Amino acid sequence: MFLVKQAEEVEARMKRIAATKGVIGTLVVNPDGVPLRSTLDQSMTLQYAGQLQNLVALARSTVRDIDPQNDLSALRVRAKNYEIIVVTGDYLMITIQKLPE
Amino acid sequence: MLQDEEDATETGNGWEEWTQGKALVRPADQLELTEAELKEEITRILTADNPHAPQNIVRYSFKKRSYKPISAVDQMAVHFVLEGSLVHQDSEEARKLRVKEERMIYIYYKHLIVDFPQVQPVADRGEVEEIGDEDRPDSAASRINKKEPKVTNQFNFSDRASQTLNNPMRVGRRDWEIYDAYLQELQKQEKNKEKQKATTSNKDNGKSKKVMPMETQSDDIIRWTKASKILERTISQNTFDDIAQDFKYFEDASDEFREQEGTLLPLWTFWYDKAKRLSVTALCWNNTHQDLFAVGFGSYDFSKQGCGMLVFYSLKNCTFPECIYPTSSGVMCLDIHVQHSHLVAVGFYDGCVAVYNLKEKGEEPVYKSTAKTGEHTDPVWQVRWQNDDMDNNHNFYSVSSDSRVVSWTLVKNELVFTDIIRLTLNGAVSEGPEGAQPYNIASGTCFDFHKQIDYLFLVGTEEGKIHKCSKTYSSQFLETYDAHSMAVDAVKWNQFHPKVFISCSSDWTVKIWNHTINTPMFIFDLHAAVGSVSWSPYSSTVFAAVTTDGTVHIFDLNVNKYEAICQQPVVAKNKTKLTHIEFNPIYPVVIVGDDRGYVTSFKLSPNLRKKPKVRVLTSFLHHSQLPLVPHQLKQIR
Repeated sequence: MFLVKQAEEVEARMKRIAATKGVIGTLVVNPDGVPLRSTLDQSMTLQYAGQLQNLVALARSTVRDIDPQNDLSALRVRAKNYEIIVVTGDYLMITIQKLPE
Repeated sequence: MLQDEEDATETGNGWEEWTQGKALVRPADQLELTEAELKEEITRILTADNPHAPQNIVRYSFKKRSYKPISAVDQMAVHFVLEGSLVHQDSEEARKLRVKEERMIYIYYKHLIVDFPQVQPVADRGEVEEIGDEDRPDSAASRINKKEPKVTNQFNFSDRASQTLNNPMRVGRRDWEIYDAYLQELQKQEKNKEKQKATTSNKDNGKSKKVMPMETQSDDIIRWTKASKILERTISQNTFDDIAQDFKYFEDASDEFREQEGTLLPLWTFWYDKAKRLSVTALCWNNTHQDLFAVGFGSYDFSKQGCGMLVFYSLKNCTFPECIYPTSSGVMCLDIHVQHSHLVAVGFYDGCVAVYNLKEKGEEPVYKSTAKTGEHTDPVWQVRWQNDDMDNNHNFYSVSSDSRVVSWTLVKNELVFTDIIRLTLNGAVSEGPEGAQPYNIASGTCFDFHKQIDYLFLVGTEEGKIHKCSKTYSSQFLETYDAHSMAVDAVKWNQFHPKVFISCSSDWTVKIWNHTINTPMFIFDLHAAVGSVSWSPYSSTVFAAVTTDGTVHIFDLNVNKYEAICQQPVVAKNKTKLTHIEFNPIYPVVIVGDDRGYVTSFKLSPNLRKKPKVRVLTSFLHHSQLPLVPHQLKQIR
């Protein structure tokens, strides 16, 4: 019962995130690299998923090489116009947010 | 070297010399030999050996660990090499060359005036027909070459199988891969051990087995909980980036020019749309996680009572609360346990008290009082956690308008109550029923416990009196102060000075007392009903008060004993009343709640955060004029 409640909470949170002003898109990628859900169109989703997969693997490798007990938790790529936020774990949660001026 | 014994013909000697006969001419550097030596026979052997081949090559033998001469040496001497250009007519190469030749001829003759039939392509008739077509010879050739594999550039082509990856991810095994492999091994071993134990005792594993199937059934979405929280906070930080920067780094520089005054810089505003119609009735910071605070929603209006809410916010995310607990009755007060910050005691308008455990999932409180278990018959105005009692049970106190101060103890699954004191107009009376009692009761509206002296506490009443009580004496007040002309809204002990407390009331005043003296030390008139006061955690002389006209007043007695050093209206419209204010334990931030359900946070400017300097103490026991410094307090006692 609590799990249903929790699932609802997470669902509501994802919706809130996607609806936040400034957020261009959100996507969730499973450990195998397959995008599970996304608010962007198919081509963009695949692009982001593919590109970020490599970047996250490289970042994770960097962190863990220095200390194997450590692990990557989040990755933020700040560009001129927007920022890509990736929260890692089992699943990759990716958000592209337009930066306020 | 053999010397020729012929004549050395010199140029220009002429033909005649030759006819004249041979004459021995000796060159100047000829070797001088004796007669005997001249007649010596020298054998010359013709062999098939290469005179230039080396005869003394040695190679290192690993077997014998020494250099060994090689017996057989290659004797072949190559005098002349000529690469032939003849190709057998049936071979592959010949075929290709033929096709190439045809192509070249075709292209060559294409440019000439049409007389193609004379140009006979050697092999293919197809070419004659397709005259103007450029592609065709290629296709004819390709028809021939159809079965041939594509010929690759022999200089720079390398098989894909032999190519390395660009930016290879792995250059040898990475450290963490080794670490992971070890971890897996370790886990396997542990599982094996557990299995061995399981065969002996099944009971222990019963529960864990139950947990496992639950997890596999649950939705994957739950695994995103933590990550989605982090994501939301990151996005919030980006959206409110300027506020976050201000919170961390902004210090109002103009405070240096303003002698004493300070300002409040507005930071985040917290607002929950479902709590729109409710007032903020309680605020409390969490001691262990100092960015977390609890807000109680309810209503002070007697006629408009409905549901309430208990909501937790974090400074890291102002868009949405962290936890929400809807309640059936309005929340009037709350307190978070100092050591066990997951326990929250809440008092309701309907007289109930409840304890919520934040670690538990679920919207219901873990403990709740009912009519049977001694709940109050009037709204509970204040709750406070106390130190654990002798049995190590948690307990808290509550005060209510029904004149009771009750202690609640959390014993296993129950809430056990004990009446501590009953408030009356004239003096405290013990619990035995007496005739005159119902008309003599006083309504408690607030209380506060002394920080150091455990049994000492103050209770403020609706009649405007403040009673100093002891937990152990239930029949009598230790002292009564005629504090205010209207109900006392808040009473608070000073966190540093053991003798000082502050009280505020709807009669527009804030008063500071020394509990040994019956009259107040300071009286401040704030020109509007004061909702709440709070001492600051960093200085014994700084306190803040909020009024119903929407102004926050901050006083520092060390700086100015008569006026506030900051009087700032913080809500846009004058219609909003401010109800509560609390200082953050570590950050220079205050949160202010109002009656529209908003909680606003402010950063205190440097002038408001002055800590008094350490002074060499002389005799300091007077309450009156000297400022009070934390370090010196130990000596007072």
